[in-house]
Amino acid sequence: MTTRHPPGSPGSAAVEFLRPRSLSQALAAKAELQDALPIAGGTDVMVEINFGKRRPAALLDLTGVRELRGWQRDGALLRVGSGVTYTRLEAELAGLLPGLAMAARTVGSPQIRNRGTIGGNLGAASPAGDCHPVLLAAGAAVEAGSVRGARLIPADAFFLGPKRSALADDELITAVLVPPAPGPQQFAKVGTRNAMVIAVCSFALELRPGAGVGTGIGSAGPTPLRARDAEDFLAAELAGSGLWESREPLPGAVARRFGELAAAAARPVDDVRGSAAYRRHALSVLARRALGWAWDSYRKEGHLCG
Amino acid sequence: MRVTLTVNGSQRTADDVWEGESLLFVLRERLALPGSKNACEQGECGSCTVLLDDVPVCACLVAAGQAAHRRVVTVEGLAPRGELGPVQQAFLEAGAVQCGFCTPGLIVQVHDLLRRTAGAGLPPPGDADIREALAGNLCRCTGYEKILDAVRLAASRLPVMP
Ligand SMILES: Cc1cc2nc3c(=O)[nH]c(=O)nc-3n(C[C@H](O)[C@H](O)[C@H](O)COP(=O)(O)OP(=O)(O)OC[C@H]3O[C@@H](n4cnc5c(N)ncnc54)[C@H](O)[C@@H]3O)c2cc1C
Ligand code: FES
Ligand code: FES
Repeated sequence: MTTRHPPGSPGSAAVEFLRPRSLSQALAAKAELQDALPIAGGTDVMVEINFGKRRPAALLDLTGVRELRGWQRDGALLRVGSGVTYTRLEAELAGLLPGLAMAARTVGSPQIRNRGTIGGNLGAASPAGDCHPVLLAAGAAVEAGSVRGARLIPADAFFLGPKRSALADDELITAVLVPPAPGPQQFAKVGTRNAMVIAVCSFALELRPGAGVGTGIGSAGPTPLRARDAEDFLAAELAGSGLWESREPLPGAVARRFGELAAAAARPVDDVRGSAAYRRHALSVLARRALGWAWDSYRKEGHLCG
Repeated sequence: MRVTLTVNGSQRTADDVWEGESLLFVLRERLALPGSKNACEQGECGSCTVLLDDVPVCACLVAAGQAAHRRVVTVEGLAPRGELGPVQQAFLEAGAVQCGFCTPGLIVQVHDLLRRTAGAGLPPPGDADIREALAGNLCRCTGYEKILDAVRLAASRLPVMP
């Protein structure tokens, strides 16, 4: 190829490239230049720029901001910096947040997972983002920072529409705050092949022994969704029948009903990756299976603990 | 803008870089390193794979400015000029190269896989590990079997990696 112009290059329109070295510099830059486009792993942003779909006035590179790159315990919660990559979620958090590690493992390819971040997934706010169902199921909150201060946005209030989030123009996503998994977590995704697929639909589940369940649905509505009726139904069944204590096998009818209620919560559309009817059906199967796997590991844990 | 970075061990500078330009474009068009290939520019094919601070990434998805003051290794930097590295040698012997367009990206990705496994004193990667590691490198020609042969061959000859 002998192209001499970078694809998408605008000719004269100047773009600024900002490289803050600290979080305070990054927040100051975002406050000053509110239409600066943050770039972390670039796996969404660069595709848009390469194809001329996006012509930001400025790029705000977050990869030099050390405060965003780590994760640590924060009281009873885990604080996962927005710049943590999928490769690290998979390698370092499989014990504390198994559902998130499972979701990370299904993303793109090794090259994409080495670069793509949890904060970028949230920033893109695609209904198909693979972190989202797990963050919903785990009751996570998104920490938004600005020069005005930091605020927490519950994951189920973060997504407003396709590619639209509750983030204000002067805010950056600094971290995700999430309790370490109190019990089994699962993530399951339907795609057309094993590698490099955008989810046709996905489902995440968290069991909170003695306390309830959390769910998240991906790629089956304008935003990622919780299946609240399914959560309430399952929580009542598990508590009402003493199943948390007995760890008996789950009645098939309960698992099936859970699947149906999960599918009923979806608001899927027909698109190139699948029809609405197929998505609903697939979701009921995913939810039923995810519950089966999670309940199996809950029963095994009980066995191990004696 | 001006971007200074270390490429294959030498400090290099590119001028008049457009702020939205990719590292891949800088390498190929400004630094005369056409080894990394440009096929999809959307992270799907892996033919542009380079090491950025020792981590394999798609150069088409790294903004040039993000690579400033960092270390990049391209396929050209994996063996001394005019010589073949162990992974390249294995690809040749196994017949894993047809049109060759995917080869540079695969060489970089396999180099990283072997450096982390057999090259680090661990057992050689199994077929599932190899397939997983190469999931982001597409090849239209070979059907992948000979590529797998090449990886197994290179792994069997370790330790020879730097
Ligand atoms: C080949 C390929 C395969 C993919 N496969 C998957 C997949 O299987 N599942 C999936 O979910 N995604 C997938 N993606 C999409 C993408 O990799 C993910 O959404 C990823 O998490 C984006 O992270 P990033 O750091 O690269 O984001 P960037 O591209 O840097 O940014 C994405 C968006 O978030 C904003 N942003 C980034 N960081 C912040 C921040 N700290 N604060 C505020 N805004 C911010 C940016 O401005 C931009 O709008 C794929 C992409 C490619 C190219
Ligand atoms: S050109 Fe970069 S992945 Fe295809
Ligand atoms: S040899 Fe032609 S694409 Fe792989």
